[in-house]
Amino acid sequence: MALLDIRYRAGSLFVAVVVGQIILISAQVSSRRGVPILEAVTFGAFAEVQRAIFTGVSGVRRGWDGYVALRRAKDENESLRRQLAAAQIDLQRQRALADRSRGFERLLELRDQSTLTTVAAEIIAAGAMPDFRTVTIDKGANDGVKRDMAVIAPAGVVGRVVIPSRRAAKVQLLIDRNAAAGAIVERSRAQGVVTGGGDERLRMEFVSEAADIVVGDVIMTSGNDGIFPKGFVIGHVETVEKNGPAYKRILVKPDVDFRALEEVLVVIAPASGRDAAGSTE
Amino acid sequence: MKTAGILLAIVVTLALQTTLSRFIMGGMVGIDLVLVVVVYAALTSGAVTGLLSGAAAGLAQDALASGVIGIGGLAKTVVGFLAGIVGTQLIVVQPIPRFVVFFGATVLHALIFMGLYVLLDVRQFGTPYGAVAGQALGNAVIGVVAFQLVELLPGAVARRRAQKARIRR
Repeated sequence: MALLDIRYRAGSLFVAVVVGQIILISAQVSSRRGVPILEAVTFGAFAEVQRAIFTGVSGVRRGWDGYVALRRAKDENESLRRQLAAAQIDLQRQRALADRSRGFERLLELRDQSTLTTVAAEIIAAGAMPDFRTVTIDKGANDGVKRDMAVIAPAGVVGRVVIPSRRAAKVQLLIDRNAAAGAIVERSRAQGVVTGGGDERLRMEFVSEAADIVVGDVIMTSGNDGIFPKGFVIGHVETVEKNGPAYKRILVKPDVDFRALEEVLVVIAPASGRDAAGSTE
Repeated sequence: MKTAGILLAIVVTLALQTTLSRFIMGGMVGIDLVLVVVVYAALTSGAVTGLLSGAAAGLAQDALASGVIGIGGLAKTVVGFLAGIVGTQLIVVQPIPRFVVFFGATVLHALIFMGLYVLLDVRQFGTPYGAVAGQALGNAVIGVVAFQLVELLPGAVARRRAQKARIRR
């Protein structure tokens, strides 16, 4: 009898919890405007826990790497990495500028879009579920980070901000299944949309069968999506296949190594006038 | 006390999954440590604990993962409840049956989780058979190792102490 009671109670509880969660899901799916409050509050609170753990762990790690293990080599390496990152950012800016100077229309655009204002951020945590490719960065609304701001790295495009809290922000990586960016082939100017697939590769979609694309072509942001600035590297074409009568199936290897990301730049202002110098904090 | 312990285990695992995995395994591992804790709690404490810990852990993960809040919670609730029933109705004390339970729980979780997302047309998963199999294998190995450690560690410590005491005499 007691066993039956426990079974009955467990069954009722199970039904109640499942029904509660179905109601919760239904509420969100029917009215999906902006970020749910519960999500924002939970993320904001947990970001502080992640920040504390990250600070502790990275303190120990830095202490070990910087002072116990490789004191001099670590300093030199960090300095070289900073220089390399700055050079790569410069290179990308130059590439973006060169791209824009190809035609009269682009010259007109140059008047308004020549530099980027960015804020440097450190990655403090990875996603909570393996199916969602997100990371948490240590800069948030207090540093000017807002939803849908582009996030880049010296090697190329990283993703976009999806939830900014006060002192941290969640970034959806470009390799996430729900991520996408307007893209253009650097050599032939063929346009398409690059989407994530949940793995380490990207897909370039809606590219006409007649478009001129070969393996090794550089894929860059087109700026059409209104999030990612124009002319930043996404990756290189890995395979090109026919996909039905109208489109090509293109697999792109991202230039950014998402497994080894540690620092990123959030694009606070995509453009700041013709003569203004780009500032990277 | 037990509830607090399970809640603490969930929070610690969430922190491990999001923070320390970056340092240990490159941050992009396909293993769901939170699911391992839910199944472990269900097998050791029964269906009610399994479903409650599954609901709490799943909702916390949903809130942190930018998805629809409740889908992960629902998937983990069902998995926790069923794992709890399996733990109470069947003898699951050997590594192989435990491996099967962890493996099956991960596959069921993926089925419910991805199925609901596809059903609601919120997210597409393509053909994730390889990824799910890899995750199930990883979760099962970690789950079995966790069980072995928890069961063998106290005995090993006691034996070591007894050995030391014998040497002193």
